[in-house]
Amino acid sequence: MKAAVIVFPGSNCDRDCKVAIERSTGASVAMVWHGETALPDGLDLIVLPGGFAYGDYLRAGAMAALSPVMAPVRAAATRGVAVAGICNGFQVLCEAGMLPGALLRNADLKYVCKAVTLEVTNPKTRFTAAYGDRREAVMTVGNGEGNFFADDETLDRLEGEDRVVFRYRDNPNGSARSIAGIVGGAGNVLGVMPHPDRAFEDDLGRTGGAPLFQSVLGGA
Amino acid sequence: MKATVHVFLKPGVLDVQGKAVENALHGLGWPGVREVRVGRVIEFVIDAADPAAAKSEAAAMCERLLANPVIEGYRVDVAP
Repeated sequence: MKAAVIVFPGSNCDRDCKVAIERSTGASVAMVWHGETALPDGLDLIVLPGGFAYGDYLRAGAMAALSPVMAPVRAAATRGVAVAGICNGFQVLCEAGMLPGALLRNADLKYVCKAVTLEVTNPKTRFTAAYGDRREAVMTVGNGEGNFFADDETLDRLEGEDRVVFRYRDNPNGSARSIAGIVGGAGNVLGVMPHPDRAFEDDLGRTGGAPLFQSVLGGA
Repeated sequence: MKATVHVFLKPGVLDVQGKAVENALHGLGWPGVREVRVGRVIEFVIDAADPAAAKSEAAAMCERLLANPVIEGYRVDVAP
């Protein structure tokens, strides 16, 4: 299995994602600079990592969404390749129009960095199958603009189509309907605000992120 | 021509910065302040045949980049 992590100027979880994927699945991981116009062949997963791409100028994710690499990422998503945007990567996918909604400033205006318990709302997606019967996952959030927003019609549609995959048990940032992660496209595009890449082995204090990568790439 | 673009969160979107500023103004002795909105101003010079053309170009820029239509509205002013 093969994955790629996109590296934007200002990404700061790109290495974390690489290590998390390698250790939790054994897949090989290519690091792809945002200026590339092609991706490696045969990818099973593309990760847009956390951080502050382009310094979050204008809006978080707005400039990164226009990076050259987003053209082949979009094309791969259309072909059905799994694409996961984590934290800042979620913001990029929303700004790129690859996922509905937007991430607003946190409701209490504070940057929040802590462990959160998530409900695995839909355990049947390409990103959650490996959770099996476990309906809870603990990961950490680290965001200042993690407050998921969409209009009621969009939220109803997301829920109706079972596209909400993770919900916060205790909403840390004001996200609409406590949504922490959604899937779009043909179920192959994930946006998730908490970091599975910071919760994949015991030494990190929590392992709730490992099944996410294992769902897409196998391994245990 | 000089274009000035004002970008604000849409009315239905809670502006938490605006709320915080409003509370601060109340605390400073302006209890009558209401509906504070914090937005962004973007200025630029643009070559265009006339103000109407500049305005429509700027509006297109808002739709593509300067604003996020999911959460933000915008207003464009053009001066010669």
